[in-house]
Amino acid sequence: MAGAAAAPRLELREISKRFPGVVANDAVSFQVPAGAIHALLGENGAGKSTLVKIIYGVQQADEGEIAFDGRPVHIGSPREARALGIGMVFQHFSLFEAMTVLENIALGMDEPPPRGELETRVRELLDSYGLALDPHRRVHTLSVGERQRIEIVRALLQNPKLLIMDEPTSVLTPQEVEQLFGTLRRLAAEGCSILYISHKLHEIKALCESATILRGGKVVASCDPREESARSMAELMIGGSLKDLSQKSTGAAGKERFVVSALSAPGEPPFGTSLKDVSFMVRAGEIFGIAGVAGNGQNELLAVLSGEERAGVTGSIRLDGRELAALSVGARRRAGLATSPEERNGHAAVPGMSLSENALLSARSRMGLASAGVVRAGATKAFAAKVIEAFSVKATGPGAAAGSLSGGNLQKFVMGREIMENPAVLVVSQPTWGVDAGAASFIRQAMIDLAAGGAAVVVVSQDLDELLELCDRLAVINEGRLSETMDVTGISIERVGLLMGGIHGGAHAAGQAGAAAGHDGRSPAPRQPEPAL
Amino acid sequence: MMLAAPVIAVAATLIAGAILFTLLGHDGLGATLEIFVKPLFDPYRWQDLLVKAAPLAMIATGLAMGFRANVWNIGAEGQYILGGLAGTGVALSTLDMTGSWILPLMLICGVVGGMVWAAVPALLRTTLGVNEILSSLMLNYVAIQLLFYLMRGPWKDPEGFNFPQTAMFSADQTLPMVVPGTLIHLGVPLAAAVALTAFFVMARTVTGFQLKVVGLAPRAAAFGGFGAASTVWIAMLCGGGLAGLAGILEAAGPFGQMVPQFPTGYGYTAIIVAFLGRLNPLGILLAALVLALTYVGGESAQTTIGLPSAATGVFQAMMLFFLLAADILVRYRIVSGRAAAASAPHAAAAKEAEPAKGKAVTA
Repeated sequence: MAGAAAAPRLELREISKRFPGVVANDAVSFQVPAGAIHALLGENGAGKSTLVKIIYGVQQADEGEIAFDGRPVHIGSPREARALGIGMVFQHFSLFEAMTVLENIALGMDEPPPRGELETRVRELLDSYGLALDPHRRVHTLSVGERQRIEIVRALLQNPKLLIMDEPTSVLTPQEVEQLFGTLRRLAAEGCSILYISHKLHEIKALCESATILRGGKVVASCDPREESARSMAELMIGGSLKDLSQKSTGAAGKERFVVSALSAPGEPPFGTSLKDVSFMVRAGEIFGIAGVAGNGQNELLAVLSGEERAGVTGSIRLDGRELAALSVGARRRAGLATSPEERNGHAAVPGMSLSENALLSARSRMGLASAGVVRAGATKAFAAKVIEAFSVKATGPGAAAGSLSGGNLQKFVMGREIMENPAVLVVSQPTWGVDAGAASFIRQAMIDLAAGGAAVVVVSQDLDELLELCDRLAVINEGRLSETMDVTGISIERVGLLMGGIHGGAHAAGQAGAAAGHDGRSPAPRQPEPAL
Repeated sequence: MMLAAPVIAVAATLIAGAILFTLLGHDGLGATLEIFVKPLFDPYRWQDLLVKAAPLAMIATGLAMGFRANVWNIGAEGQYILGGLAGTGVALSTLDMTGSWILPLMLICGVVGGMVWAAVPALLRTTLGVNEILSSLMLNYVAIQLLFYLMRGPWKDPEGFNFPQTAMFSADQTLPMVVPGTLIHLGVPLAAAVALTAFFVMARTVTGFQLKVVGLAPRAAAFGGFGAASTVWIAMLCGGGLAGLAGILEAAGPFGQMVPQFPTGYGYTAIIVAFLGRLNPLGILLAALVLALTYVGGESAQTTIGLPSAATGVFQAMMLFFLLAADILVRYRIVSGRAAAASAPHAAAAKEAEPAKGKAVTA
């Protein structure tokens, strides 16, 4: 660590940024010392994104100044930020699927060196940080964790003094998270400062030594995450006490409502994942989880279950004993199957249309929003208003364009629309992705209530914590195959992690069933491999 | 800005047209005035405008429903011909008969003829994935050859001194005039009624909703239970049916028979009309009048100031180009070369990156 006398690597002084109608950042000040891992915490809309964009030169602050290594600097563009030694790994990867790792790295550089020299440097970096990545592999063959390593290598090639990581773990398996943390700790030990942005409080506890918490654009607290609990930090973030979810059902067996057996489907070429012999069963009143890393067939499974994809599908989907596999999307909905895909914009909702029209999109048959082919405008508007009201969607009304809503609010609307159709079976993917803590717990509670009313709920999520909190039983999807079903009570996190990473087989199964901690002790993640009890 | 684009395009067409024809040695300003302004002050020309605008509006209304759903039917010209031919077929086989049922039957067959011609690209698209732009466009040329064959062969008027044309339609086979003593035939109010009906369909029915959703967000449409195939069929049949109706209305109206000169490019001009009218049936009514002006004014300019007949086409084409340019350019602003270069690589890559793989969490 640098001596206390040294100037901080990054210092923000009274940074303010206003947009028409909102103050995104209001006199934000904090310091990141050299070699420190500093967390930036806050709910959606707290101003984290804006702040990071200012540091990376994408936007300019209205007031305040930035000092880097003690010198006041003006960062007018990302190029200037990179020249100063600021690197950033975005949450959205900017990669061309059809090109190789090396080609992607070269494309992202301001002045790429000759190919051979670049390859030597990339290999040196990969070796010295122990990152497994083949520079000549094409990106579409890589896992999400490997793709992230490309972005990290891109940033490291510039020898950064400050690395900004935006929500880096949202798509990684527990094991990949642990590897990433190893790399970040090593970087910090070498003197590179890291600004780490995340929702996942237990990760921040495990990784960061200081944190700045933003709420409504202001710094509301600074703390040492190692001395706080995840709950106390969450309460600082939302500025109130966190509501507990009501006790989920204990899995007391209802009748079998939703039975999927031997479902197979071809993946869409060239990058789709085919489903192979997927079987599971959900009882009435039960929440069933499907864990897995993105791109392992979750979207394909959703499309096959909803009926959007029917070509080449074999196997059976039964709802209360009725075979749905041959039915259209509309017929499945009328039979009581509601779905909500992962992508909100352009899939679950049409951004350019009003909330009323979006209500019409999927709820028209079950809620009687059209008769004889003519839209019942009044009923549609009333239903949209009811969803907005019941799910506390922040919108100007049913006439508001879906695209004008924040991600969290749109997700609340989409989930509300499906849940208020009162379906017999609800299948959702990533129900709380990108949703702030308050809205996420609201959505989870709504699913629990729906199940309590006798529906069968299937939740596909990459957020393992969410599944462990919500579900009665879960299975893991990997490369289009679904693992055996496990009871959440007493589940082995290590085993789930290995299944997510694609390691099948019985080698780990023995003696691991009881390896999980109890509900309240489940906080630190990534969970260290725990010995069997 | 969406509504400003057509106005900008029309204005730019007038200015560029004036410059172009001046450079070609004509009186450019005079030509522009002759084509775009003079017919407006000549009440006798107004009926011409309505008669020309009616088929344009009708075809454009059908096309616009498809364009809304990203179904690109470029074959309205062929569907228009086939509609005319199907109706003519009825007329030729009922020449000796009388009755008020003949004209409605001709109109129905006209609609069906257009639909059948449009069904070919629809079938190819839905079963084999053939691009409807190419197949529908190519069928236009097939339709023209079919027309020529029938005019010179089986349907040639035996008493027509060997001219390649059919017999004149009887009174029961021609459109009645809705305003006595003018050229304004039944097709004019029919075109307005079609546009109003289409407006209702697009605004208030599930089918209209389907077409809009498919165009705006195809995946959301699939999620909402709107099949891609059914959308293609609806769009192609609407476009083909209305083009066919416009065809038989022209044959049974202004032409009064079928002739090889029947295709006058309405099917292509209607594409311009649809876009100029912002794919909205009411806007299309207005846009049809603007394009009808180029036909009417262009014709009179030929006689009064000796402008070549191609001038009409030049003005129409300029209007489409300016409209497309305005539509694109109103969405952008000009930035300096350096700033654009600096931000370009990342933006390009971000656009290409598969959206499903990483999720936006806006902080």
